[in-house]
Amino acid sequence: MKLAIASLFIGLASAWSPANDASSSRREAISKTLAAGAALASPLVSNAYSVPDLPYPYEALEPYIDTPTMKIHHDKHHATYVANINKAMEGKEEVPILDLMENALDAGPVRNNGGGHYNHAFFWSEMAPPDVAKKTKPSDALAKMIDSSFGSMDEMKSQFEAAAAPGAVFGSGWVWVVLNNAGTKLEIVGTPNQDNPLMKGVKDEIKFPILGLDVWEHAYYLKYQNRRPEYVSNWWNVVNWDKVSENFAYVSEKKSGVPVEG
Amino acid sequence: MSGKKVIFDTALRASVNLQSSKLPTELTKSSTALFSALSGVKATLPDLSYDYNALEPAISAQIMELHHTKHHQTYITNLNAAMEKMDSAMMNGDVSAVIALQGALKFNGGGHINHTLFWENLSPNSEYKEGGTLDKALKERFGSKDGFISELTATSLAIQGSGWGWLVYNPKTKMVDIASCPNQDPVEATTGLKPLLGIDMWEHAFYLDYKNVKPDYVKAIWDVINWDTVEARLEAAK
Repeated sequence: MKLAIASLFIGLASAWSPANDASSSRREAISKTLAAGAALASPLVSNAYSVPDLPYPYEALEPYIDTPTMKIHHDKHHATYVANINKAMEGKEEVPILDLMENALDAGPVRNNGGGHYNHAFFWSEMAPPDVAKKTKPSDALAKMIDSSFGSMDEMKSQFEAAAAPGAVFGSGWVWVVLNNAGTKLEIVGTPNQDNPLMKGVKDEIKFPILGLDVWEHAYYLKYQNRRPEYVSNWWNVVNWDKVSENFAYVSEKKSGVPVEG
Repeated sequence: MSGKKVIFDTALRASVNLQSSKLPTELTKSSTALFSALSGVKATLPDLSYDYNALEPAISAQIMELHHTKHHQTYITNLNAAMEKMDSAMMNGDVSAVIALQGALKFNGGGHINHTLFWENLSPNSEYKEGGTLDKALKERFGSKDGFISELTATSLAIQGSGWGWLVYNPKTKMVDIASCPNQDPVEATTGLKPLLGIDMWEHAFYLDYKNVKPDYVKAIWDVINWDTVEARLEAAK
């Protein structure tokens, strides 16, 4: 939005620039600027959503998640969801992707592609290179909630890995640590395809993810092939517990999903 | 993986590879005998009738070997485990446990059925017979062979997440048709439609070769379809 306004002013400024002496080119510049102004009057929906940049280089999560997977996963898979949600939302009011989640089940394209965009944006943000990740830890508040909900961090990881096992998540899907709707405990839930627990109707009540893992085959196949359990147990090495703690603080306070970039 | 004889007789193969749902009548009279007949026959991984590299370049040897020896094998292993649990649950009259096992049976049993059908409807020798039973049926329903290919391609590509695209025979309309199923749901058990040709759209079926470019995979698979098998299935279904 800001870029478009800036280009509007630049367009106007160049129309009156002393260097542009020929009146025809000035007329051209003015009419172009007016056209840009008219476009601004309607919502910019064709590029409403975008793939957020990774907060680290593609190779940063090696050896736990390989570089080619990060490239294809981010630049192709996530980009396709973004292109498709933009198409689905053309002509509609521009809202943050988080806002589309509650009623996503109302429309197939929003459920699949809006969900896909939100889930992946959420995913990139909660990971960090291994040497950074290992210095992070759950906040006191989060640690306390993990212990009261699962008994211990190890117990939580164990339950999470069981939920992510090939038999547990049939086909494609995600596994999440969520805060329940009442805000009283953490739970582990699996969702199929690009559903997430923020979507009304996916679980018995809306729940708020603080941590999520993509277990679609495209997330791990190049490096791990069918060895999903190995992918899942390795994944803890790139989890940014500081960000997860921020997520927990946010959802606890706001009783809303974590906003994401893009 | 070559030179192994494949059992072509479907009934014989079914009894070897798949737990048969049909039991000799004298057994049904005795419930103890019934339960002991259920256990013991286990599903096993069927051999392919071609080498792992035979379907290249459409599907690589690397994918074929992983797909067959790891993915399909895992469905079989887990199916056998679920069936054993089912035997004890039934023996104990534990209805709740029987019901709880349905998901695992559908997923792993479906996975076994689907992949068995899949290997058989692929072949390095892909010859299509003009004017045969299959050709006539496809033209009746889709106008042309290309029309059919176009529709099954579109249906397969439209699947969200994991699933299968199918050419099926509809015993009610007595015509062929297109269907898709999510995950490993077996098409006949869940819809009553009879499977003729399946395309595996799970990412493991193509990812190492095609990455996210699903359309290239589906385009290539048409080069390695075993049309004879598809026609034989149609004739058996009618």
